[in-house]
Amino acid sequence: MANEAMEQLVRKEYKQGFYTDIESDTLPPGLDESVIRHISSIKQEPEWMLSWRLEAYRHWLTMTEPHHWAKLKYPSIDYQSVSYYSAPKKPEDAPQSLDEVDPKLLETYEKLGIPLHERAALAGVAVDAVFDSVSVTTTFKDQLAEAGVIFCSISEAIREYPELVRQYLGSVVPQGDNYFAALNSAVFTDGSFVYVPEGVTCPMELSTYFRINQANTGQFERTLIICDKRAQVSYLEGCTAPQRDENQLHAAVVELVALEDAYIKYSTVQNWYPGDEDGKGGIYNFVTKRGDCREDRAKISWTQVETGSALTWKYPSCILRGRDSVGEFYSVAVTNNHQQADTGTKMIHIGENTRSTIISKGISAGHSDQSYRGLVKVAPSARNARNFTQCDSLLLGASCGAHTFPYQEIGNASAQVEHEATTSKIGEDQLFYCMQRGISEEDAVNMIVNGFCKDVFKELPMEFAVEAEALLNVSLEGAVG
Amino acid sequence: MLEIKGLHAKVEGNEILKGLDLTINPGEVHAIMGPNGAGKSTLSAVLAGRDGYEVTAGEILFEGDNLLEMEVEDRARAGLMLAFQYPVEIPGVKNVYLLKAALNAQRAARGEAEIEAPAFMKLVREKLAQMKMDKSFLHRAVNEGFSGGEKKRNEILQMLVLEPKLAILDEIDSGLDIDALRVVADGVNSLRSEQRGVLMITHYQRLLDYIVPDVIHVLADGRIVKTGDKSLALELEARGYDWLLEADAS
Repeated sequence: MANEAMEQLVRKEYKQGFYTDIESDTLPPGLDESVIRHISSIKQEPEWMLSWRLEAYRHWLTMTEPHHWAKLKYPSIDYQSVSYYSAPKKPEDAPQSLDEVDPKLLETYEKLGIPLHERAALAGVAVDAVFDSVSVTTTFKDQLAEAGVIFCSISEAIREYPELVRQYLGSVVPQGDNYFAALNSAVFTDGSFVYVPEGVTCPMELSTYFRINQANTGQFERTLIICDKRAQVSYLEGCTAPQRDENQLHAAVVELVALEDAYIKYSTVQNWYPGDEDGKGGIYNFVTKRGDCREDRAKISWTQVETGSALTWKYPSCILRGRDSVGEFYSVAVTNNHQQADTGTKMIHIGENTRSTIISKGISAGHSDQSYRGLVKVAPSARNARNFTQCDSLLLGASCGAHTFPYQEIGNASAQVEHEATTSKIGEDQLFYCMQRGISEEDAVNMIVNGFCKDVFKELPMEFAVEAEALLNVSLEGAVG
Repeated sequence: MLEIKGLHAKVEGNEILKGLDLTINPGEVHAIMGPNGAGKSTLSAVLAGRDGYEVTAGEILFEGDNLLEMEVEDRARAGLMLAFQYPVEIPGVKNVYLLKAALNAQRAARGEAEIEAPAFMKLVREKLAQMKMDKSFLHRAVNEGFSGGEKKRNEILQMLVLEPKLAILDEIDSGLDIDALRVVADGVNSLRSEQRGVLMITHYQRLLDYIVPDVIHVLADGRIVKTGDKSLALELEARGYDWLLEADAS
């Protein structure tokens, strides 16, 4: 079986026109301890890292895949049919120029309107990140080093900065946190590591483009960002994947640690392949993202634009431990065709005077189904905690669904928690008004939807806001009319 | 420029327009008056091409083309523009953005290039001043939180920028105080020209003191029952509509 799958894998590679010499470093599908040992040894990891992975794996074996509480329908995943590691033997086997990159990817960037030179850089980076975890930092490494900022792949960090990694890895999302986090802890292969030292404001936006490339391959990236006292950083991640008929698994973990007076802004534009019009193929996106405002006056802000994936299971959260710490979640999620998304956030108030803001905009079109699921928890210790939640859904067409599941657990009577929710169909009146001015139906929909998302888009770094609007328009192509 | 012949239209299965005839030539200002439920707003909706209005008989020619076969946006691009009785709010979309998108869509349909930003801003500032509107209007979301008067002014502002061939004003006077009415009327009067037709739909004679029509029609029970010059408005003011309805029924 393994050989056959392997052969298929190789054939697929030829067809995609990527590289040829892949056998030596692509593991056949399947998962057991030897696979984990293999990954760890390829990555030249220290012994403690391997033990950590194995511990996570053994824990994972005792857990069961969650199918009950989220409003998502998917078949049980066959974890033995997934390949857990794939990389070219030598870095030069990765695409060297734009000509060697999947034209689909280029087309995507074309549609997104990212300028050519930037696009060239992005394509290179994205492919690198998948093949061998070479990170985007290369260009700016000197500048960053001058400021004392560490930005590298997690594999490199494990080798070069073991004390930092060991201190913080798993300190926000423990190995056994949930089924997919446990799997990730066992098999993670690439991802980014950021450390911003005390008092330093990172001199530039850091960004990573992730890309799932191979067939039958799961992607399990792990990102760890630490902002020391009074430090600040803004980090962007983008994701794409080629079209394939089978579903592919993506199970990532992101951990953020903000110490005293630190500020981390984390933005995502997620555009994994969503499957085709009939719901065939697409990425299963199971992600655990959590930030810890570990000390006083720390601030963590999540901004996400989610348009991709066949299935999304994702709740970027903030643990507001320090006094006066602040958590924010701004989200736009778009589902079209047969996409399913169950997404939201958790704000856990532990410290006094902690504040959180949640603004979620969900847009459903086609036959898609979307749920907002959010928890606001105020611990007995969190005196004067405040939360404001606004959660709006917009429906395009009659065959889609939108649901809201807000949970509140209030353990301190001084808390102030506000929740506002609206669900509306895209206004026929609004469309008619725009079209009566000569604007086409498609442009009118884009205009109204972008207006609906304005509160979130304005939180994105400027370069990304443009990209996000363009992405939204691409995602809703053909959603009306 | 507009020729309506024997128009019948249904809304939710009820026949509202029952054989309406109306011709508007370039340069003319027509007013349609009539009691509630006569079909005034149905007429404007049918002309603009709103969903849910079913034309069962008759035809409408706009500049010689069959209007009923044209899509909503194509009617607008051909120069037919409706100032709404209840302009809708579009949160998050700036007024200036809608204006520019509309103008460029119409220019594109005429084979013209997009308007340059400085030229556009100059044009819009000029029209804003004419409507006695503050520049801050441009950066507010379309009609969001506008007072009734502001919404109506905004409709006329759009007309001044888009310069339609046929301007249809649906109850443009409703909800306006006297000062706002004057500004709106001045705006509409500035649109009067040899090439342009105007169709005003109104319930009240008051508007006609400010925008003096060339022709007045009375619409009742889905048909035009009386046509006359502006003196007809005064007669209606004095006698109401009942005498016309009775005359029509007998």
